[in-house]
Amino acid sequence: MSAEHGPADFHASSTKALHDPQLRANFRRAMDGLMAKRAAQFPDPAEWDALRTLAASIRARTLAKLPELLEKLEAKCTANGIQVHWAESADDANAIVLGILRAKNATRLVKGKSMVSEEMHLNDFLEKNGIESLESDLGEYIIQLDGETPSHIIMPAIHKSRQQIARQFAEKIKGAVYTEDVDALTATARRVLRQKFFEAGAGLSGVNFAVAETGSLFLVENEGNGRMSTHVPPVHIALMGIEKVVEKLDDVAPLYTVVTRSATGQSVSTYLNVITGPRGAGEKDGPPEVHLVILDNGRSRIFADPEVAPTLRCIRCGACMNHCPVYTRVGGHAYEAVYPGPIGSILTPQMEGLAARHDLPHASSLCHACVEVCPVKIPITQILVTLRKEAAHATPGSTIRDAGGGRDRLEDLAWSGWRMAHASPLLYKAMGAALRVFGPFVRGGPGPLKAWTQARTLPRAARRSLHEIVREKGLPDA
Amino acid sequence: MAARPSKVYFFGTCVVDLFFPDAGLAGIELLRREGVEVVFPPGQTCCAQPAFNCGHLAEARAVARAQIALFPKDLPVVVPSGSCAGMMKQHYPDLFKGEPDEAAAVSFASRVVELTQFLVNVLGVRLTDRGEKASVTWHSSCHGLREMGLDDEPKAILAQLSNVTVVPLTRERECCGFGGTFSVRYPDISSAMVEDKIADVEKTGASVVLSADAACLLNIGGALEKKGAAARPMHLAEFLWERTK
Repeated sequence: MSAEHGPADFHASSTKALHDPQLRANFRRAMDGLMAKRAAQFPDPAEWDALRTLAASIRARTLAKLPELLEKLEAKCTANGIQVHWAESADDANAIVLGILRAKNATRLVKGKSMVSEEMHLNDFLEKNGIESLESDLGEYIIQLDGETPSHIIMPAIHKSRQQIARQFAEKIKGAVYTEDVDALTATARRVLRQKFFEAGAGLSGVNFAVAETGSLFLVENEGNGRMSTHVPPVHIALMGIEKVVEKLDDVAPLYTVVTRSATGQSVSTYLNVITGPRGAGEKDGPPEVHLVILDNGRSRIFADPEVAPTLRCIRCGACMNHCPVYTRVGGHAYEAVYPGPIGSILTPQMEGLAARHDLPHASSLCHACVEVCPVKIPITQILVTLRKEAAHATPGSTIRDAGGGRDRLEDLAWSGWRMAHASPLLYKAMGAALRVFGPFVRGGPGPLKAWTQARTLPRAARRSLHEIVREKGLPDA
Repeated sequence: MAARPSKVYFFGTCVVDLFFPDAGLAGIELLRREGVEVVFPPGQTCCAQPAFNCGHLAEARAVARAQIALFPKDLPVVVPSGSCAGMMKQHYPDLFKGEPDEAAAVSFASRVVELTQFLVNVLGVRLTDRGEKASVTWHSSCHGLREMGLDDEPKAILAQLSNVTVVPLTRERECCGFGGTFSVRYPDISSAMVEDKIADVEKTGASVVLSADAACLLNIGGALEKKGAAARPMHLAEFLWERTK
């Protein structure tokens, strides 16, 4: 996105979003609903703790042997008749998908939901190459009609109200009349999409879990469009990031139960598709050809640094954004990134580099609400702080992309001053005294003062400090 | 309940020292009333969280190191802030990992305890309310809640005050928008958050909004004052002491 619209700027975009009352109301309502649904799924803190401890350990074990598991996955998938392709960059992955489509003379692709395809900007790429790429997930379909990107990783059209969608359908879909009835709106989308599944030369999907032990691809979804995309067209292309692999079939259930409960507050999803190969001889359904494209796109670099590697544990449930007070107020588009919210604020700077995106690690009050609900215990706030550190000063040998790229000499100077004032009791005392003497004359000012006084009065130093009061009271000092 | 010490250190925190000294004093008095001797090393300044959270670890370490040296004895370090306590308890061990004084940092961290938790869980205080009828609300500061597990104790101790009604916020657990430098790096978002917080406070009709973190009180209090709202901010320790002294 940034390449097309100038440098990404969370600051400007978030401010713009804050001034859109409709957008704020849409997010607040939606996030409140999602938080309540999730809370209802985890009523027992002890059970929640046991579930997330297990899920986190599965993800950590997987990452500990990632290269080995990926090789095993490739071997098993190949033995099952799935054609495996490796892509280092988004461009590589796009070229692979295009190659598969061209080889089959496919001009129409129907897509289930895939965030990896968003990383690739696949729809734009295919369109430029004369291939129609149609989103079949309802939310994705809605935003595709408006040429938008997802504002949430699992509910891409969550920024829109029912009324906004009703207006959009009436305007953009032939034969649709204005209605705010959700069932009627869904039926309209279904009518359009159903035919497309039969016309498409290929179907595309994401992958929730790829099991190395069996070479099976698991796809979690609610609408059945995932099943249609992967089973009806003659070719199925599955896209996954390298971190989506798990070791064993037994690893799936503990992850599945936390992903559906954390994401949408469902105890199970409506569909759980398991794909372990193309249509076999004598079988009556399924695509004759299945491809798996495994994308790196910066993940190996994240994997290389143990401090930030837990980023790759993510199972894309979106709970961190649902519970984030920042995301709730500005929405997903403000991040100007494929992945918004807390997970995006650690993932995006690592994928796109700290020079371009050192704004995102600071887009958090470090309230830890995301850490509290993460079902795989990603220490998101800790990684945010690590990225702030690496942006300001690269640790020698740092593998984080563009480490040191957010350095600000003025800020360095300010922190040196802060250090002097607080490492020395005498200077600290002098600073407090100055604050008491001069503070009352300050009513506002530029920079941080202006920022603070936007919604608040300036704090006034007390007449006497606690240090002075305690000294007068004669408390023991050692 | 943990063993009851007869002597503790008090780490006042910089925000309490400069802006809410009465809250610090109230904390000290609450401890002394229980027969606990309170030691206040005068060289203390700040827990170093501002620099740590901004990723300036060398600066944070220098300031943290100066604090650790002032609390050498094997005594609890009682802190009237969930956020500063969280910094010292949860993050000092990481901050000093691989440093020559790592062991001292780990030992210090293990002795850090948040004031309310110390009063309730260690001292088992019983309070007698001498105040007028009052309606208050409680803001559960994020670091106290999520780093120190400070959740039940404030409610339990407030429940001991017979003339006090606690009206819960609709979003008690949501951040007030302070976040240290976040409040000035992203003032628009921070302002939106604190404006929502004070609207929530006003909806309760409470005359006082309580927290165990002075930084949240600076933020919420400043917003209440700017708006000309009736409710005022107060540190939990000060509220408890004023009603029971």
